[in-house]
Amino acid sequence: MTETWIVLGASSTIAKAFIRSVAEQGAHVILAGRRMDDLDATAADATARGAEGATPVMFDARDPATFDGILDVATSRPGTLNCAVFVGSMPPQDAIDADPSILDGVIADSLTGPARVLQMLAPHLQTRGTGAIVGVGSVAGDRGRVGNYVYGAAKAGFATYLSGLRNALGRHGVHVLTVKPGPVETAMTEGLGPQPFMTTADAVVADIHKALQKKRNTLYTKWIWWPVMTVIKLIPEPIFKKMSI
Amino acid sequence: MTRNTSYSGWGRALRATGDITRPDDVRRVAATAPAIGNRRSYGDAPLNDGGAATDMTRIDRILSFDREVGVITVEAGMRLGELARILAPQGWLPAVLPGTGFATVGGAIAMDVHGKNHHHAGSFCQHVMALQLLQGDKTRKITPKTGALWKATCGGLGQTGVITQATLQLTPAKGDLMLVTEQRATDWDHHIALLDASTAPYTVGWIDATATGPSLGRGIVEEGETCRGLRPAPRAAKTIPLDAPHWALSGPIVKAFNAAYYRRVPRSGRTVVRPLQDFFFPLDKIHDWNRLYGKRGFHQFQCVVPLGQAAALRHMLATIARSGLASPLAVLKRMGPGRAGHMSFPMEGYTLAIDFPNRPQARRLIERLEDATVDAGGRLYLAKDALSTGGAIKAMYPDHPKWAAAAAKADPEGLLKTDMIRRLDLRT
Repeated sequence: MTETWIVLGASSTIAKAFIRSVAEQGAHVILAGRRMDDLDATAADATARGAEGATPVMFDARDPATFDGILDVATSRPGTLNCAVFVGSMPPQDAIDADPSILDGVIADSLTGPARVLQMLAPHLQTRGTGAIVGVGSVAGDRGRVGNYVYGAAKAGFATYLSGLRNALGRHGVHVLTVKPGPVETAMTEGLGPQPFMTTADAVVADIHKALQKKRNTLYTKWIWWPVMTVIKLIPEPIFKKMSI
Repeated sequence: MTRNTSYSGWGRALRATGDITRPDDVRRVAATAPAIGNRRSYGDAPLNDGGAATDMTRIDRILSFDREVGVITVEAGMRLGELARILAPQGWLPAVLPGTGFATVGGAIAMDVHGKNHHHAGSFCQHVMALQLLQGDKTRKITPKTGALWKATCGGLGQTGVITQATLQLTPAKGDLMLVTEQRATDWDHHIALLDASTAPYTVGWIDATATGPSLGRGIVEEGETCRGLRPAPRAAKTIPLDAPHWALSGPIVKAFNAAYYRRVPRSGRTVVRPLQDFFFPLDKIHDWNRLYGKRGFHQFQCVVPLGQAAALRHMLATIARSGLASPLAVLKRMGPGRAGHMSFPMEGYTLAIDFPNRPQARRLIERLEDATVDAGGRLYLAKDALSTGGAIKAMYPDHPKWAAAAAKADPEGLLKTDMIRRLDLRT
């Protein structure tokens, strides 16, 4: 049976690695993003690697008018529908401090935009009784930290949304995987310099496929972030508020 | 990988410190700094100490692929091993594959690399149908018909602009396996005779550079062709986790290793089936194998001499064997005349490549080998060089003035200069 993967935020570094991996398994990919020229190139790459087909579609997480187009393309595909969400933006916290209006966009990119697309998609997956949803959050969503708490809040909201979606769809044969990567070497993190327990996009994608196979609910990648974040979550708020980690 | 990163070429003997940016979008590549790939050149060709460099390895997509005629357009950061992995099951291969699959398409063009089929197929750039150059803020498409700029770009050390994409004519492949025939070459004359007589598509000789006396020049000649069949599950790559101590590749160890490696192939020879990667990129399975040479790094000496100068090459090998400095990695190959650019390495003749640990004795030996190369009318490979001088290189590359003129026109401010360009004063 044909597998179709809808990829939201198809121009991100991790998304590109993910698209390659499913293309080489012969899936059909629907590439959703803002820059059509870039999506066209990624589509050609996916097809050359063995994708059954690749359809670029315009998608802007901040513009709900673009959401219907994705649904139209996706629901016309036969077989199993899957969706992977890689959208998100991480402007520096001090930029948001200087211009609080940036906040709305961050929330739209990481939470409201992708959640609304998934909300529209969910009934179709439920009807088909199969499929998987991969939602990429962040370890930054596990606790609000001084360095990037707006980004963290958006990712926390998305993780909670995915948790509910899993609850709703799990009983209908649709699996929802929440992915919480630590720092990954991508264009987004390039300016930050070396980060603790940094990993690569290819390693994250390999972990995602392993977790999908085992039907895991939440994936920390690298795995070390699970114990690290467990400890950080346990720090009592009176102490945590004085820390800068 | 940004902000004053310390980095090196594959040999790790020369280092540079500077800002490296690694964009994933070609629109963010600026032609104001040299472009680098996976830094598989050994010396300082991919270094820009004190300046900036653009790491192109994230710009690595296939932009179009015509399966019928085997023509593919890829971005410059695409690795050749990745291309081979994707294409071989579909019946195609890059027409020229160097000894490592980590080399990028952009790097392969800038060095006009050659492979085990050079005697038939020529050099990498002879199969490039078109490429895109970023010069200042303009993008230019050039083809072999472009003339001077084309010849200065193929093997041109990245000095004519940043290569952003290339269209390649692929070569048909029967599958992703190789049928490999291995024969012992018992001495130098036998080795040369086997290479001369080979009609296989891919031919290369491993040479035991520690063997002396009647065994001088002994080795194993490998001949291969693509084939199809059931492939065994690939073994996971291994990684050298830390710098080895300096004695890891000392004389007695290398000599013992080489003797065992030579006897691995039965006296009567053998034919085996191998995964394509194992034949083309035998060392890629061991990630960071350059760390075996310890933190001081190593040098690779690679020269080519004309066909009539085989005796001079034999003499060079004798010098190397006597020195006791050679490593297990030594390759002898017959080259054809194919080359695409003014600064391309190949010439019809024999090429010898040998690694040496980075020590004063080895550097002195390499200096003597360079002199012998010049005397034989041969030349050194700039993808490997870390020690030569500008005068010697310019003498080996008679078309150098034409290249320098085209590079000056393409990059008048010298923004694309690398440490190698400065060391050898190549742009003048």
